[in-house]
Formats: sequence, C-alpha cells, structure tokens
Amino acid sequence: MKLIFERGAAGRGCSILPACDVPEVGLRAGKRERELRLPSLSETEINRHYSELEQQVYGVNSGFYPLGSCTMKYNPKINEAAASLPGFAGLHPLQPEHTAQGALELLAGAEKALCEITGMDRMSFQPAAGAHGEFTGLLLIKAYHKKRGEGEKRTKILVPDSAHGTNPASAAMAGFTVVNIPSGPDGCVDLSKLREAAGEDTAGLMLTNPNTVGLFDRNILEITGIVHEAGGLCYYDGANLNAVMGIVRPGDMGFDVVHLNLHKTFSTPHGGGGPGSGPVGCKGFLAPFLPGEMAAEREDGSYGFEIPPETVGAVRSFCGNFLVVVKAYAYILSLGADGIPEAAENAVLNANYMKKKLEKAYRMAYPGTCMHEFVMDLSELKERTGVSALDIAKGLLDGGVHPPTMYFPLIVHEALMFEPTETESRETLDGAAELLLELFRKAQEKPEELHEAPQGAPVKRLDEVQAARKPVLRYSYDS
Amino acid sequence: MNYPEELFYSASHEWVKTEGDCVWIGITDFAQDALGDLVYVNLPEVGDEVTAGEVFADVESVKAVSDIYSPVTGTVAEINEDLLDAPETINQSPYEAWFVKIEGVTDQEELLSAGQYRAMAEEQAGGV
Repeated sequence: MKLIFERGAAGRGCSILPACDVPEVGLRAGKRERELRLPSLSETEINRHYSELEQQVYGVNSGFYPLGSCTMKYNPKINEAAASLPGFAGLHPLQPEHTAQGALELLAGAEKALCEITGMDRMSFQPAAGAHGEFTGLLLIKAYHKKRGEGEKRTKILVPDSAHGTNPASAAMAGFTVVNIPSGPDGCVDLSKLREAAGEDTAGLMLTNPNTVGLFDRNILEITGIVHEAGGLCYYDGANLNAVMGIVRPGDMGFDVVHLNLHKTFSTPHGGGGPGSGPVGCKGFLAPFLPGEMAAEREDGSYGFEIPPETVGAVRSFCGNFLVVVKAYAYILSLGADGIPEAAENAVLNANYMKKKLEKAYRMAYPGTCMHEFVMDLSELKERTGVSALDIAKGLLDGGVHPPTMYFPLIVHEALMFEPTETESRETLDGAAELLLELFRKAQEKPEELHEAPQGAPVKRLDEVQAARKPVLRYSYDS
Repeated sequence: MNYPEELFYSASHEWVKTEGDCVWIGITDFAQDALGDLVYVNLPEVGDEVTAGEVFADVESVKAVSDIYSPVTGTVAEINEDLLDAPETINQSPYEAWFVKIEGVTDQEELLSAGQYRAMAEEQAGGV
C-alpha cells in the first residue's frame, strides 16, 4: 500500500480540527523558518488510508494467534463494556474519595480476588505492565534486605537461563548483579547449580513456573527452599499464570512476591501498545514496602486510599491503569471459582492436543506432556532440508495463521514456541496442526518455496538483516 | 566450522590470540553461526578495564542480543571501530573481526585448545 506521504496532492486538505478558541501567542525563539512539509489529503483519502492500514492488521479477532509466552487469548468484549461505563471511564484521580466509593470497592475486591488466586496477602495495582511489576517486586526485596541490615551484602539475583529477558534486565535496573542459573537437560532448574550459586550474597531468585519451555518445575518447593535457606526471597514472574490459575498458587509454592500481567491472563488485549497492568502482590511481611496508593476498607464500611508505612515510593501515578483492573475484575467475577481453573485446564489441554498432533512430524524440544505451551526444535529439519524455523513461520502466514514465537527461549535452537490458549476451538487447532504438517512435507519436497514464503501476505519476505543494519526511519521526498 | 589451531578459546565462545604482551579477542565461527546475521556491536572504550569472566561487549543479531565475555583481565588498548559500521564482517570472517586488543593482562580464564573447543561446540550443536 502507499505511504501517507505518497497520497494526496498539493492544495488538498480538510478541516477536521475545531477553530482555535484561545488567543494565539507568538513564540520568541525556535520558530520554524519554512513551512513544515506535510502530506495534503482530503478527508476521503485520510479515511481510506487508515482503513487500508486497519485491513493489514492481524489480531486475535482475525484468526489464530499462538504466540508462545504471550497468551494471545480472546478477551470477552463485555469486559470492555464494563470498563467503558461512565462511572469508571469518567473518574478523575483527584476527586474526593466519597465520590468514588464504587471504584475503590472494585480495587479492594480485585485485590482480594487476585491475592486468593496467587496466595499473596496484599497487592498493589500501580505497576503499568509486566517488567514494571518485576522492577517493583525487586524494590520490595531490596527494601526488605536493607531493613534487616543486609542491603550491602545481598546484591545478587539468581535467574534461570530460560527466563524472559525482562528478568535480568529488571534486576540490573534495580541495582542487582544477575547470576545465571543453567537449566538441566529436562528444561528445569539445575538444582546442584542453584545450590552452588545460592549464598550469603543472594538477594533473591526470579522464576517463571510453568517455565518458558512450558514445563512445570516439579522441584519448585525444593528450589524456593534452597533460596530461603540462603536468606534470599523468591520472586514469581506471573507471565505464565494462565496455565495454573485456580489450580496451584505461587504463594503455596514458596514465593514471596509475584507480579501478574492482567493484560494477558485477565482479559485485556496483550500487545498493541497498551495500556497494560502488572500488579505486584506479596506476603504480609513485605506489604509495608508496597507502592501506594492502595484501596482499603475502613472500619465504618467505607473505602479510602492508604499509603503503606515503609513504601518504596510511587512507581506510577495514583493507582495505575485502573480500567485494566476493571476488566480483570469483571473477568474474574464472570468466570468465578469454577471458571478460572477450567480456563487454565483448557489452556493446558489445547497445548497438549496440538503438541500430540505435531509430534508425528516435528521434533519437540522436551517430550511428554506440557503445560500451556510447547517448544519445537527445528534444528534437525534445518540441517536436513535447509528449511529453518523462520521459513516455517513465514509459511504459516500464507496459511492465514499468525506465526508462533521464534528463536525463543535461547536454550532451544531453531525454536518455535506455540501457546494456543483456552479460547480456541478444536477445529482451529486441527486446522493449524494440519497446516504445520503440510509445511513439514513441503520442507522435504519443495524447500525453495518455503524460503520464498510468504507470497500471499501484504508484504513478501522482508530483509530483516538489512532493516536492522540500515533502517530507513524517515521518508524522503523525491522532489 | 573452522577453528584455527593457533588460537585459544573460551567456553563462552570467544577466541583469544596472544602476541607478546597483547591479546586480541573476538567471537568464534560457532558463535557467529548460532547467533545468525549480526546487526549491531557495542564495544567498550579504550582505557576501560576488562575482567576475566565478565561482560565487556554485546552483539545483536536478528535473533537476540548476547553478551560477550572477556577471557582475560587487562586494559583495552584498542577497539575495532570498523565493526561498528560493518557488523557483518563478524559473520564473514570471525577470526579477522577482532573486537578489542587488551594490554597489561594480569589474569586469564582457563582456555581451551582448538581441538577441545571443537569437541565442545560439536556437542552443543548436537543436543539442546
């Protein structure tokens, strides 16, 4: 399609902005010497431009989107309607508490429900997304050690090599040194390596369970025990909570701090620029450090905001992205205590159903049953046919399926990572599995066609290397 | 894969060339192949101290960003600025595309010979 700069013609235009209703004031300095060269389009052309852009977008509303580690599930539109209610959407964060009792009650209710799901005692909604939640959780760990007079000594955060890249990044940003813990051949934490690394300088461990290869680490109680014994705390990255919500609780696995991605697990679309919400929950002994403001019920039954006594400070304004919490609460209440674990069970069932079908052809990085996602290892296929994980991913585009996560986690070569989620039907899973098996056959018979894929997408194979090495970030007019 | 006999290697896939008091460091053929097309290199500055076993540079490929570890402790005497504009030379000729030249080496990791490194790399390539 054409870029907006390639549309329109000189002299065309439209007035879609209202007239200025405040006095114009001239700037003394920094005034532009020449008119800015902007495209001149009529309203019709503008509309067509954005409609065309919209048609090129592929989302969960368009079709299957099994992006591993991202939980791209369908988010019921009714929850958007709840968040759009004027009583929620029109709130001002500085309006008096007595005029926002319903919203405060909702925050308190959502906190209680999410604490029940995670096995935590308190939860702050300030963090705006996952990595922000990680950073906040690490600040709690830091404040805890400092208070005990061990802040200088406990400088290291242990992170398994299969972790999301945000874990080591957040730890470094919070001022910790990152120690990588290798995975064993089973894809889980190598206990002997963990024992070697844990010690007097350990501030904590960050772990995702189920982990990034879609496996539930069965040694979890031993893992958190080793860290606690060394005097460290355990941080649960809630990225994969979708697989276990309502089934098992991080708090019962021995974790002290968690973050959740409401914009993943609890009914806000993931990706697309947000807003997200990454609430941080903790056990009672860490609650005094949480960032405010926290909604709490008072003795007289009314609700108000509280700031925890030894807070690490605000990590965002007010109480974070409130409307995302509204959607999460609507989702939790509509699913209920039966629906939440059922969603997790179906997420796991769907992943195993698809894995089983694909096992006939593709090599799995870790055999056996998985949790909510699984990783295929295409290194053998690449060696034999020259068809890489990238080629298969591009081939999927021609079949109308969004590719899975590629080349992640790094511990698997030529990785393709699928997370079908609970909201896909059996027919969708069958269709995608059929397509993948067909691509596998094609890799043996006509590998060159896969190197050329996609053919039917809005753009063909992009030169990713050139785009990264010599990106063109600015439009240049010919004349 | 090519692993020149005259070089030494680290378990984290760097090569080391020693000449008198100077040490050159780069990444191996195996490393560049595993990373894929490199698009960006971040180097230390001349005069920076590097420590054996610690990160001194990072590279970005179309697949991932990876840290590069120094097999020696010493001072950066020179950096290969050509790599900044042409990271692809690491893919094309990994043993000519040195990252840094280190002087005043006071410590070094236990390094592998070409044969030992080849055995390790082949084992890693075979399994997960």
